[in-house]
Amino acid sequence: MIKVRFFASFREKLNCEQLTLQEGEYAPLLSALKSQLADQGEGWREVMMSERTLVAINQTMTRQDVTLRSGDEVAFFPPVTGG
Amino acid sequence: MIAIQTEDFSPAQEYERLEGSKSSGAIVTFTGTVRDMNLGDKVGGLFLEHYTGMTEKALQEIIDEAMARWELQTVRVIHRIGQMYPGDRIVFVGVASAHRKEAFAACEFIMDYLKTRAPFWKKETTPEGDRWVDERESDQAAADRWL
Repeated sequence: MIKVRFFASFREKLNCEQLTLQEGEYAPLLSALKSQLADQGEGWREVMMSERTLVAINQTMTRQDVTLRSGDEVAFFPPVTGG
Repeated sequence: MIAIQTEDFSPAQEYERLEGSKSSGAIVTFTGTVRDMNLGDKVGGLFLEHYTGMTEKALQEIIDEAMARWELQTVRVIHRIGQMYPGDRIVFVGVASAHRKEAFAACEFIMDYLKTRAPFWKKETTPEGDRWVDERESDQAAADRWL
């Protein structure tokens, strides 16, 4: 099982805060998970395909494609604007 | 060392805490506040969202990197979340070091990295409605010069 979370404008755009996907329900590669989520609709496609989209795996940002493991928390969010 | 909180903070109190170490010869602090204008529009309020857990982790990594680059005695980072209004304090970074150069550099480094790496998002209220604040290229450029 993995958790997929969305923050800020992405959460609002997708009207989705969190997804829980069981084994077999998600593609094991991050890039494949993104394609899978992109197929859920136009807004999803925009979020998943945008070059601005940031990804964190287990609360650490990554720019690489990785293999997802059960228990992972994957988060998608727009560029940060704190400070 | 790190605090994420909805409540306001006292820069004076934070400053006094940084004075604790006798080996420090320099204290530099930065306080960020909410402006009443952005991109030509009047801003009536600001809501700050964050990613609980990751925020603390990201800030700790930034502080660790600052401490590896410069010799620092104390670092304090406070970031507020939730609803704020023009004039309110949002963020505090305080650094105590033996020498001023290190203290100035580390304070700026921490703010530049916080702005591009810590998962906070601002949503501002304007007369045209609420809108998410977009990232600025100048912030990314400021962070990139430390690479």
